[in-house]
Amino acid sequence: MTQSTASFINIGERTNVTGSAKFKKLIVDGRYDEALTVALQQVESGAQIIDINMDEGMLDSEAAMVRFLNLIAAEPDIARVPIMIDSSKWSIIEAGLKCVQGKAIVNSISLKEGEEAFLDHARKVLRYGAAAVVMAFDEDGQADTANRKFEICERSYRLLVDKIGFPPEDIIFDPNIFAVATGIDEHNNYGVEFIEATRRIKQNLPHAHVSGGVSNVSFSFRGNEPVREAMHSVFLYHAIQAGMDMGIVNAGQLAIYDEIEPELRTRVEDVILNRRPDGTERLLEIAERYKGDAGKKKEEDLSWRELPVNERLTHSLVKGINAFIEEDTEAARQVAVKPLDVIEGPLMDGMNVVGDLFGSGKMFLPQVVKSARVMKQAVAYLMPFMEEEKRRTGAEQNKAAARILMATVKGDVHDIGKNIVGVVLQCNNFEVIDMGVMVPAAEILKRAREEKVDVIGLSGLITPSLDEMCHVAAEMEREGFSIPLLIGGATTSRIHTAVKVHPNYKRGQAIYVTDASRAVGVVSQLISENTKVSYIDDVRAEYVKMAAAHANARQTKERQTLEAARENRMKIEWEGYKPTKPTFLGTKVFEDYPIEKLVPYIDWTPFFATWELAGHYPQILQDDKIGEAARSLFEDAQEMLKQMVDEKWLRASAVIGFWPANSVGTDDIELYGDDTRAETKAMLHSLRQQMARGKSDRANMALADFIAPKETGIADYIGGFAVTTGHGEDEIAKAFADKLDDYKSILSKALADRLAEAFAEHMHERVRREFWAYASGETLSNADLIAEKYQGIRPAPGYPAQPDHTEKKTLFELLDAEDKAGIKLTESYAMWPGAAVSGFYFSHPQSEYFGVGRIERDQVVDYAARKGMTLAECERWLAPILNYTPGTETDNAAA
Amino acid sequence: MNRDERIAYLKNDVKNRVLVLDGAMGTMIQGYKLTEADFRGERFKNHPVDLKGDNELIGLVRPDILRDIHLEYFRAGADIAETNTFGATVIAQADYKLESVSYEMNVQSAKIAREAAAIAESETPGRVCYVAGVLGPTNRTASISPKVSDPGFRNVTFDELREAYKDSTRGLIEGGADLILVETIFDTLNAKAALFAVSEVFEELGFELPVMISGTITDMSGRLLSGQTPEAFWNSVAHVKPFSIGLNCALGAKEMRPHIHTLSRIAGVNVSAHPNAGLPNEMGEYDETPDQMAAFVGEFASSGLVNIVGGCCGSTPGHIHAIAEAVKKITPRDMPEIEPRLRLSGLEPFTGA
Repeated sequence: MTQSTASFINIGERTNVTGSAKFKKLIVDGRYDEALTVALQQVESGAQIIDINMDEGMLDSEAAMVRFLNLIAAEPDIARVPIMIDSSKWSIIEAGLKCVQGKAIVNSISLKEGEEAFLDHARKVLRYGAAAVVMAFDEDGQADTANRKFEICERSYRLLVDKIGFPPEDIIFDPNIFAVATGIDEHNNYGVEFIEATRRIKQNLPHAHVSGGVSNVSFSFRGNEPVREAMHSVFLYHAIQAGMDMGIVNAGQLAIYDEIEPELRTRVEDVILNRRPDGTERLLEIAERYKGDAGKKKEEDLSWRELPVNERLTHSLVKGINAFIEEDTEAARQVAVKPLDVIEGPLMDGMNVVGDLFGSGKMFLPQVVKSARVMKQAVAYLMPFMEEEKRRTGAEQNKAAARILMATVKGDVHDIGKNIVGVVLQCNNFEVIDMGVMVPAAEILKRAREEKVDVIGLSGLITPSLDEMCHVAAEMEREGFSIPLLIGGATTSRIHTAVKVHPNYKRGQAIYVTDASRAVGVVSQLISENTKVSYIDDVRAEYVKMAAAHANARQTKERQTLEAARENRMKIEWEGYKPTKPTFLGTKVFEDYPIEKLVPYIDWTPFFATWELAGHYPQILQDDKIGEAARSLFEDAQEMLKQMVDEKWLRASAVIGFWPANSVGTDDIELYGDDTRAETKAMLHSLRQQMARGKSDRANMALADFIAPKETGIADYIGGFAVTTGHGEDEIAKAFADKLDDYKSILSKALADRLAEAFAEHMHERVRREFWAYASGETLSNADLIAEKYQGIRPAPGYPAQPDHTEKKTLFELLDAEDKAGIKLTESYAMWPGAAVSGFYFSHPQSEYFGVGRIERDQVVDYAARKGMTLAECERWLAPILNYTPGTETDNAAA
Repeated sequence: MNRDERIAYLKNDVKNRVLVLDGAMGTMIQGYKLTEADFRGERFKNHPVDLKGDNELIGLVRPDILRDIHLEYFRAGADIAETNTFGATVIAQADYKLESVSYEMNVQSAKIAREAAAIAESETPGRVCYVAGVLGPTNRTASISPKVSDPGFRNVTFDELREAYKDSTRGLIEGGADLILVETIFDTLNAKAALFAVSEVFEELGFELPVMISGTITDMSGRLLSGQTPEAFWNSVAHVKPFSIGLNCALGAKEMRPHIHTLSRIAGVNVSAHPNAGLPNEMGEYDETPDQMAAFVGEFASSGLVNIVGGCCGSTPGHIHAIAEAVKKITPRDMPEIEPRLRLSGLEPFTGA
């Protein structure tokens, strides 16, 4: 495994008469049908491009190239990939270019015959619409040192880009891979020279690519495939890190770097990197040993396989190993009276060990989810046997301890937390019915009735979901339910459950569950006849106390009137301030944004928090207690992230925009269609802090304070953005879940979320430096970015600086985000796909993040009028931040 | 205004509003119910094969009719006329044994469209009308074998197409075209030959015209007849840095929308759409009314998907008028920023790092 996140493109090498004796024979014999199957196998085994070369003395190469390309055009399974037209003769390349409708790659052109011929060929390549491999070859011959390789590539690049406008991203350099370990000392440094040249090309020649024929490097070990494969793998490992991003390889036959037997790997590495003068001899010494063997021997400690079957099952469950689970489950079934006994006996015993370790803080969430994956696979294996048993005897299935229905409420799409809770409950022998996301109350209750569930669990992440949960509770009351209702999710809280949800559902009991690790305890208490009553009594007593304390606390929370708060607004000195004009007005769309560019911007700390591992990254990896769990999770995440990037699991889209803007009437922001500012395009409304400031000189802020007031006559601007990395996330998560792999399913979603946040951070940086360009000289590290050490802010509607989610509607209309970036808003203003971030950009150096906090009725009345909403509607959206109970206080309530 | 000034004006014009292409030509000509004798005129009286149906011949035998049709479209609100040269290449005219007048057809058709444009401009002072010289697909395909038994066979080569297109392009430019429009592309290799030819002619002449490219998705598979997806198609032709990329013909606006949406997302150039007036009914007729079609096409514009709209088969000056009205006040699509990446294609797109 390499740590490089750059994607590496495999080019199939078998349709090359100079490299494959078999292919050559087929072409020389005119057996084109069979030659086509070689091409097809290449594509099927993962070649992303196929290289076609017909340079053979016994052939009319030009005719063979034309014939073969025309035949490929009729085979959609081959023709779907791009072609690399490979020849040392220009006439053959040109004949090939006339046969392909796609955008192909020419392999190759070079300065070998001087600048004139080089540029003439390059111009034609451009006119035929192809990309080009450029060899490090000039009038003096092929380059063999890093210096010469780089010099020739640089000269070629400058000629191509500056002289004829060849797109740099269509240039692929081949800095010549030569054989090492040939016995000639001068050859020993060839690998290093290539790698060094690659590094310099990638650093100095923007957008250009580096490729090469990898099998050349091991030429002196012809006949010893295991050693050759190890050499290719080690060579690629280092070359890719230096920036090599394409290669002509036999993809199906590459050894995995980590799995090469360590002694072989070290000696190969000595040769490739020319680390010691006797490298070649030392590799030769051991080379014979590997002949005929795959060369990979990574031995795991499998001594646990000697244990009795029950202990093996426990080991697999605790360690989350699924390699042997079917085999061991079958062994346990052989000795069991009936298949159900395997579940109730050894498997549940194993899960109890997991549960105990988890309960005592010796195992952590990611590990438990992996255990659950193993358990699910074991149960799935036993399923057909149990069906058969049931058919034969009519006996009942195993009965779960309780049946729990879970759903993310209507209007909300966030489900990572809910999925984790579901998995943990299943580990503890609870049956979980997961209704997914955006589930309306009526459907939840209908299903609960049909399935006779014992408990309902609701989840939600955005604030409007709180209101929806209250609604579900009220509906349960109305329909005569009395089963417990569990409340969980990021914005839910014990206090909200006590004050808002609980009063709606007197017949049953609403209970707040902090996190997944508590869920099992809560549910166990609720379903046990012994503990149920006393537990509910305790919860009820607690909630009454909390509600009372809350009422008291509110009375003492001092607020000031809206008028006074406005008087104490943040007064920026506008005189003499000249806002930077963005480089464009209106919107800009970014489609299929390279995910690999986002990876460095990931803030990992919240990722660990998702898995209930608390601590700062990277220190968390060294933590005494949870370090091991964190490291293992982090490794899995890195591996999946690499796959996500390489295999393009996700599509990232974004739209950003800038508009002329001025604040009006202290709390609103007017946006204009153009710089004449004659026509109002949209109006943004902001909410103002109303906390009493006493002697403090802190202002009562609203976002409108950061935009120049209209009367100043200053031409100010505001920006907006919506980014997503979520196109594809649901399909991937579902594919894993279907394979009973909840661990990877949750992991993929958690990573998509992180990437979306990273995208927002990255885009904000580009906005500051390039698009709005008010901080073009900024240089900040990722840690600085996370610590928000930059100028300007990007607050999102629904979050502390503007807690009103409905402002997102205006933002989305301005950006046309649904059409431009494929992000939809639900009725609760959650974004779908879930891995999405949106917000506004403010550039003023004094703009800062703040929390509006609780607000008074006078502001809500004023705000509703400004927004053209009814008071009741407004109060519903702002419910979480109201400092009063709607309908109970008068306009003059504020102190 | 001379051609250079018009081109400069066009490049600015397209930033400020949605431009309108004209509609179908064939159905308009059919409306005149011309006979074999009309098609032959005096000049081709003794031509050895029948000429009725060779619509491109109208420019030589009945220039008055062609001028009137162009004028009708301009008056209906079209900004860009498409020359009556869809089948005017040497290759397509071989069917009528009229290869020898192919060049002249291109010159005359462009001239007549330009005359109509000048009249329309004089009728409304300040108005600028453009002429797009059309290069059609020909009736042969460079990537598909016409023989089922021999998939490697071709009945036309890249170089034959390229020569034919060079000839037509020279004619169109001589006749006064402001743009070159390579349209109804069902085989990208044919289009690449056309684009190759166009760029060679530009080099010969020492100046360039804006180039519009418009492909045809032939059916619900969402691919060109030659098998490429719209994104793969764009990757194949993006190297000419065209003025616009788009789709026309075969589908109605409704069926075309997702593909236009795709192009709109991925292409950093103007996007055009000139669909048919719906899908043909059992009788092969198009029954989408001007209002229906304008509603679909207008939505493309109001959703910010396109910069240029128009009509293809079945559309009439009535349709174009309704479309022009529908898009009049709409801001054209913003151009997305496209990251420079290695974008290749076979039948499907491939994006490298």
